[in-house]
Amino acid sequence: MTDTSQSVAFVRTATIPPSPPPAMETGAVKWMRENLFSSIPYSILTLVSLYVIFVILSGVLPWIFNGVWNASNLAECREILDGATGACFAVLKERWPQLIFGLSYPAEEYWRPGLAFLLLFFAAAPVMFFDLPRKMLIITLLYPFIAYWLLWGGTIFVPILALVGVVAGYMVYQRLVAGSFAAGFFGGVATAFVIWYIGGLLIPEGASENALLVPVASRDMGGFMLNMMLGVTCVSLSIPIGIVLALGRQSSMPLIKWICVVFIEFIRGVPLITLLFVASVMLAYFFPPESSVDLFLRVVIMITMFSAAYIAEVIRGGLAALPKGQYEAADSLGLDYPQAMRLIILPQALKISIPGIVNIAVGLFKDTVLVSVISMFDILGMIRGPILSTTAWNGVYWELLGFASLLFFVTCYGISQYSQWLERRLATDHR
Amino acid sequence: MSTITDPPEGSFRLSMLINDTRYRSMTFQAIAAIVLALSFWYLGNNLIQNLRQAGLNISYSFLGSPAGYDINQSLIEYDSQSSHSRAAIVGILNTLLVAFMACITATVFGVLAGVLRLSKNWLVSKLMAVYVEIFRNIPVLIWIIIIFTIMTAVMPAPRAFRGDDPAASMLFNAFAVTNRGIYIPAPVWGPGSIVVVLTFIASIVGIFFFRRYATKMLFDTGRLLPTFWPSVGLFFIPTILMHFIMGQPVSLDYPVLGGFNFSGGLQLGAPLIALWFALSIYTGAFIAENVRAGIQAVSKGQSEAAGALGLRPGRIMSLVVLPQALRVIIPPLISQYLNITKNSSLAIAVGYADVTATLGGITLNQTGRAIECVLLLMLFYLTISLTISAVMNVYNNSVKLKER
Amino acid sequence: MKTSVFFGALTVAGMAAGMASAATLDDVKARGTLNCGVSTGLVGFASPDANGVWTGFDVGLCRAVAAAVLGDSDAVEFIPTTGKTRFTALASGEIDMLARNTTWTFSRDVDLKFEFVGTNYYDGQGFMAPRELGVSSALELDGATVCIQTGTTTELNLADFFRSNNMSYEPVPIETNAEAQQQYLAGACDVFTTDASGLAATRASFEVPGDHVLLPEIVSKEPLGPLVRHGDSDWGDIVRWTLNALITAEELDVTSANIEELAASPTDNPEINRLLGTEGELGAMLGLDADWAMKAIAAGGNYGELFEKNIGENTPIGLARGLNAQWTEGGLIYSPPFR
Repeated sequence: MTDTSQSVAFVRTATIPPSPPPAMETGAVKWMRENLFSSIPYSILTLVSLYVIFVILSGVLPWIFNGVWNASNLAECREILDGATGACFAVLKERWPQLIFGLSYPAEEYWRPGLAFLLLFFAAAPVMFFDLPRKMLIITLLYPFIAYWLLWGGTIFVPILALVGVVAGYMVYQRLVAGSFAAGFFGGVATAFVIWYIGGLLIPEGASENALLVPVASRDMGGFMLNMMLGVTCVSLSIPIGIVLALGRQSSMPLIKWICVVFIEFIRGVPLITLLFVASVMLAYFFPPESSVDLFLRVVIMITMFSAAYIAEVIRGGLAALPKGQYEAADSLGLDYPQAMRLIILPQALKISIPGIVNIAVGLFKDTVLVSVISMFDILGMIRGPILSTTAWNGVYWELLGFASLLFFVTCYGISQYSQWLERRLATDHR
Repeated sequence: MSTITDPPEGSFRLSMLINDTRYRSMTFQAIAAIVLALSFWYLGNNLIQNLRQAGLNISYSFLGSPAGYDINQSLIEYDSQSSHSRAAIVGILNTLLVAFMACITATVFGVLAGVLRLSKNWLVSKLMAVYVEIFRNIPVLIWIIIIFTIMTAVMPAPRAFRGDDPAASMLFNAFAVTNRGIYIPAPVWGPGSIVVVLTFIASIVGIFFFRRYATKMLFDTGRLLPTFWPSVGLFFIPTILMHFIMGQPVSLDYPVLGGFNFSGGLQLGAPLIALWFALSIYTGAFIAENVRAGIQAVSKGQSEAAGALGLRPGRIMSLVVLPQALRVIIPPLISQYLNITKNSSLAIAVGYADVTATLGGITLNQTGRAIECVLLLMLFYLTISLTISAVMNVYNNSVKLKER
Repeated sequence: MKTSVFFGALTVAGMAAGMASAATLDDVKARGTLNCGVSTGLVGFASPDANGVWTGFDVGLCRAVAAAVLGDSDAVEFIPTTGKTRFTALASGEIDMLARNTTWTFSRDVDLKFEFVGTNYYDGQGFMAPRELGVSSALELDGATVCIQTGTTTELNLADFFRSNNMSYEPVPIETNAEAQQQYLAGACDVFTTDASGLAATRASFEVPGDHVLLPEIVSKEPLGPLVRHGDSDWGDIVRWTLNALITAEELDVTSANIEELAASPTDNPEINRLLGTEGELGAMLGLDADWAMKAIAAGGNYGELFEKNIGENTPIGLARGLNAQWTEGGLIYSPPFR
């Protein structure tokens, strides 16, 4: 029998330092094994995806990095490239003012739309981010008048007059609304109209001629600026109209309800392009015979109607999502209909609807390129019309379409990221 | 709205029209009716005056006169002597065709992308996220133009198939992929082919009954019958057998390069393919988001429970998660189908002869009847949309009933 | 008008553009600019350059009319129109005249209620095919795929041509000229058809123009001309006689170079004197200044100069005068006398 106690020659006195995990289970390898090659089908998927990425990048990257920036026409580009793959970005360099500002916006006035664009951020910020001081909303309220003056130029009296009319109307509304909402509302509107009319008589004839900012006709605007203008104007105009339509659709008055339902379903039932056809070939017949209304304004009218119908449906969803108790509570407080809507229902319903409204806004902004079909020179219209039809740049598709896509992607992706952020923020109180 | 149970007695005063809730809604509706009638009268009056001033009139008689133009893709018989109304019908059918095809493929793309985006494979899910974001954030008109341009630029022209050492060749001598479209063999129905077709229909019905039987067996006895291979067998074998028994009545007409173009076979035109693909892949990105939201709406406990029962991941998805997600997915899916139908009006950008291109395009240009054409066009889209909405409401109601 | 300012404040000012009344001439004068409808971009006829300045043959006519009426050839608003929007734009008063290589046809003149004031370019529909296709006549095009620019009379002519020759074809209607060109170059269609002038302009912009041939057949008559609304004959007369003045000027060798000299004092040729307003009352009859035609010609030169500058043989488009030569040189360009 051997003495086992003797053979225990070693008793560990200290802990073993932890050995590193096997190579398969650490760092990048582990991550790859878990996320890319966890099973055979997944591995195949990964390899296929890698191949797809490789094919796309190997086609696109040389094209971008070989790009020619200095040439005066396509033939020169091809000469410089000498058979190699490469883009001809020279077209962007030469034509970017047209792609952004349109064909005939005066070049020395480009700072005006630029400034208006910059101010847009200040105007939108207090609406988009609730934490900012409420006083900033003043900028938002002044923005339409400033932007109008910057873009169209002409006499400063017109936007000031419009502003005075709005302010006066609001003051009358404030005074009368205590009595009844309807009196306040119609009183305010009437006041604004009276002021506009009287003011219109006071503005001297030809004031626009030697104004501080050179007047620019709306048909001279184009490019991406036109898309932005259409998008911003139509969305902001269509929100109040959408609210009215949504409330009308919920109304207990059959006639009002019926009008709103027919309007909403009609607009939602037809493609935007037919509405634009209406704007371009039909609407002119519905205005008084003596007047002719600018194509820009006609398009704004149709797109606003279009987006108002969609926004109305989103807000209707918001109204329907509110618990019935909210309506009943408002009634039991003795609030009348306008008060209940203004103070209780709409603030909550709109809060629920904001992400939906932002989605509609993004969709609408993308749809503004359809105006190129009715011969307006927005960014796509510029590309398909004047630029591609010149002898110098005939055949430069990818650079131009890619540039347009990039602009839209940046804008729309930005807005949709904001919308997701907002959704998360608004969702906090439900968890 | 508060209701007054005990209205105050007394004679009617004019101010009650505004202040009494019983009459107020009547007042408002009367005002609305008057405003509505006035604006219609105003617009109508303007229209009549404008038309009179321009010496025009509203008349639909042009619909009966010969259209005078040709259409490259038509599901019904059409030539340049057919009437404008027939051209409009050709356009309507083409619209429905591309919308129907795009709905199916968009659903496939969307479901695949939506499921893959939730995949645990990091690369695949990121790739799908990129796909969804890129397609959602760039206008569909730009996509249609890009895809059409890619098609014309990348695919070989029929010229490339010619010569001793052609730059392009046909697949299996049966399929030709050109930038004018894809040519595939067309079936020719010889005498007796009706029997083959009937056999095929019968075997489809057979597959259906077999599957029901298998399900019943599974529920009754717990025995899982194999269904996949028997279904495949049933699908092919009887039809092929019958085909040979009947002496090969169905033959294929292969496309052949001759003259300027491929002739024979079935041609899917490049505009159709470009529009179809662009609409599918664009809308697919939106459907992917709907599918993802629907899957995420199914509580995680469901898939964990299914996993605990020992189901494989594929089966968890198809048997447990997707059926429950469908209830969330389908309403937005149908509104995406609606969008496809409406976006198909952008066919005009690629030269596909849909109804906007025939009735609202060439007919409008040739006859100058703008008001009539645009009104008819809107009427058509409105009918389609309302029909789809009605179907959607029926579906929503049926889902609601099941829930309670 | 004061109320227009009020309208302005109401409708985002200035966009309810002036009032269009029955007398177009008064509107144009009150507005100070001529609204002229042109195409969205066709090299040689109307296209904007990198600075947004419109040039071209049709544009030249617009400028001449503006110079005649307003005395300033830059007082023109060029309003791009498509095949679809052009007639409504004119009928609704959005534009005062349309100079967008529009074919004069019976139905447009009579049914659509427009007034074609003349022909500034005699055109016809032709075909262009790649040289390697080996086609030498349009009659060999049986079974071909044809690219067409839609929204014109081209589709109808094409259908008629193939039908009457008992041939089949496959039309590919494309909306813009640039896209049609791209389809054609990529081989998605065998031939490209449009007006012969357009084909020449298109071929000129190709990398290797010599690789493409214009087929000899001209399958239609396409008299292209400016048009105005029906029912305002005074305005129609102004546009018509401005065009005629340009044509007569070429016939009488009045060019933008020598016009100052010729207009300074009456010359030996009484017709030149009447044209340039140094004799007679022709301008007053139109309701314009006496030197209206002189301004119109000085704006861009006479008909021949406009032709040579924009589409003539020394330009990339390189069109020969052909039918569009003066009648004295065997062409169809002919102006009634100024008397």
